[in-house]
Amino acid sequence: MQFKSHARSLALALSLALVAGCSSTGGTQDGSMEGTRNGGAGTGVAGSGQVSGTGVGSGTNGDRAGQQADGRIPEVRTIYFDFDRDNIRSEFESVLVAHARYLRSNGNARVALQGHTDERGTREYNMALGERRANAVKRFLEVQGVSPSQLEIVSYGEERPAVRGNNDDAYAQNRRVVFAY
Amino acid sequence: MKVLITTWLSALLLMFSTLAQANLTIEITRGSDRATPIAVVPFAADGENLPEDVAQIISDNLQRSGYFEPLDRQAMYDRPSTSDEVQFGQWRGLDVRYMVVGRVSREGNGYRIRYELLDVSGSRRMLGESVTASGSELRGGAHYISDQIFESITGIRGAFATRIAYVTARGAGNDMQFALYVADADGHNSQEVLSSREPILSPAWSPDGRKLAYVSFETERPAIYIQDLATGQRVRATSFEGINGAPAWSPDGRRLAMALSKDGQPEIYIMDVASRNFERITNNNNIDTEPTWSPDGRSILFTSDRSGGPQLYRYTVGSGETERLTFTGNYNARGRFAPDGESIFLVHRSNNGYQIARQDLGSGRLVVISESRSDESPSVAPNGTMVIFATQQGNSGVLSAVSADGRASYRLPSAQGDVREPAWSPFLN
Repeated sequence: MQFKSHARSLALALSLALVAGCSSTGGTQDGSMEGTRNGGAGTGVAGSGQVSGTGVGSGTNGDRAGQQADGRIPEVRTIYFDFDRDNIRSEFESVLVAHARYLRSNGNARVALQGHTDERGTREYNMALGERRANAVKRFLEVQGVSPSQLEIVSYGEERPAVRGNNDDAYAQNRRVVFAY
Repeated sequence: MKVLITTWLSALLLMFSTLAQANLTIEITRGSDRATPIAVVPFAADGENLPEDVAQIISDNLQRSGYFEPLDRQAMYDRPSTSDEVQFGQWRGLDVRYMVVGRVSREGNGYRIRYELLDVSGSRRMLGESVTASGSELRGGAHYISDQIFESITGIRGAFATRIAYVTARGAGNDMQFALYVADADGHNSQEVLSSREPILSPAWSPDGRKLAYVSFETERPAIYIQDLATGQRVRATSFEGINGAPAWSPDGRRLAMALSKDGQPEIYIMDVASRNFERITNNNNIDTEPTWSPDGRSILFTSDRSGGPQLYRYTVGSGETERLTFTGNYNARGRFAPDGESIFLVHRSNNGYQIARQDLGSGRLVVISESRSDESPSVAPNGTMVIFATQQGNSGVLSAVSADGRASYRLPSAQGDVREPAWSPFLN
C-alpha cells in the first residue's frame, strides 16, 4: 500500500518535470524502481547499444540521463534485480548508460559497485550472489567503455538490507547494486 | 572426590566477568516424547543466600537437551539433599527414573557443591562428587555437574559447559550496528568480542576453543580476522580483493579453509595459519563457498552452484577428488558435519522455505529437523546432540536449537535486535 502511494506520487512528480530525486532513502528506492520501470517500458529507451541519450528525449529517463551527462554524478545510483538473478533488467540499462557516460567523461572518478541480496538463503552464498550482481554491472560498464581501473566490486550479500522486513516488497528493494562514488 | 573446573575456563570466565552483557534467555518450544523423567531436587544451601539456583540450572540444562523431562518442584514431597535422606519408594511413585540431590556450602571465598545422582528404580547411587567454585563460577559449576549427570545416564559426553559465539545486528541501510558476542551455551554470561558499524559474519571457533576466526567489513571491505579470546589480540589473516569469507578451522587448528574471489569467482582455498601459504582446491566458473572440515580432517564439505543451484560437495584432501553429496531439492547449502562424521546438517530449501536438515552420508537420506521458514547457519554441539541455528521470530532474527533427531527444540530470544550466525564452541574442558 505504501509502495503504491510512493509510486503514484513519483509519477506525479515526473509529470511535473520535477525530476531531481529526493534524498530520503526509502523514497528514492521506491521511486527509482517504479519510475524507471514505467519509463523504460513506455518508451523502449533502453537499447543496450545506446551510448548517449540523444534522440530518445521522449522518455523521462532519457531526459534525466541527458541532463547529467557530464559534470554531475547521475542521480539514480541503485538498480534492482529479480530473485536469484544477476542479469541487468532492461529498465535499468539507461541508468547504467548514464553512469558509463559520467565515468568516461570523468576519468578520475572511481565508483564502488556494492552488490546486495535479499535475506533468503545462506549468508556466504548470498555474498557470492551479491558479487555476481556487482560483476554484471561492472561488465556492462566496461562494454560501455569505462576503464576497469575506475570500478571496484564489493559484495555485502544480505548483510546491509536497504529496508527491514521479510516480505516481497522488502526483498525486492534489497536485491540491488548501489553505485558508491 | 574433588574436582576443580579447569583453570583456563576459570580464566576465561574471570576475563569476561567485568565486560558488558547482553544475555539471551531460553524458551523451550518442543519437548521430546522420549524424554526420561528425572527429579533435580533444589540443593540445600546451609542458610546461605546463593547468587544462583544450582539445581534449577542443572534441571534447565537437562530439559533443554531433550533427553530429560525434569519433575516440577511443586510435585516433590520433600527435599532431600543427600542419598541417605531419600525415600526411594516415594519417588518411584512419582514415576521418576533418576534423581539429583545436593548441597551448596561456603568454602573460603567460594563454594563447595556436593551432589549425587541416584537411580530411583534401582535404589542406588550412580555418581557422587564434590566441586569447588568461586562465586562467579557457580553457573560454571552447575554446567559441569550437568555434563557429569548427562554422560553418566546417556553415555554421551555432556556439552553444557560450552559456549556459543553469535552476531547481533540493528538498523538498516547505512545506519547499522553489528557486534560479535560469546556466551555460555545457555545464553548467560554474554560478552562482546567486537562491535562495528560494518558487517560481521561467519564466526568460527578454533579447535582449542581459544580463538575465533570471523569476517569483518570494518575497513569497508571484507577481511578475515583471527582473534584470541583471552587476550583480545587479533590479526588480519586475509584481505584480498573481493570476497574474503567463510573461514573454517581444520581439526588440528593449523589450517583455515575459506572462500576467496581474488581470482574471479569465489573459490575454496586452504591457508596454512603459520606460514600464510595458500592452496586453491576448486577451480571453475561457479560459486564455491562455505567450506567446513570433516572431523577426521580428511575432507572438506562446501557449497557449489556448479550444477545450477547450490548443492553440497565433498573434496577429499590428498586425492583431490570431489563428489556431489546432496540431490534432494534444488537448494542445499552451508553444511556442517556431525562429530562422528556420519551425517551432515545443512540448509535445505523446499516449499516450506529454508530449513535445517540432516542428511545421513551412508544412505543419502535427507530429513528436515527445523520448523520455521527461514532457518539458516546450523552449528552442531561438540557432542552432536543439538544443532543451534538462526531463525526469524516476527521481524527479528533469533537463535534456536533443535535436537539432532528433530524431537526437541528451544529458542534463545534476545532484546538486542537481530541475533544470527551462531557457532557452537568445541569442548572447553
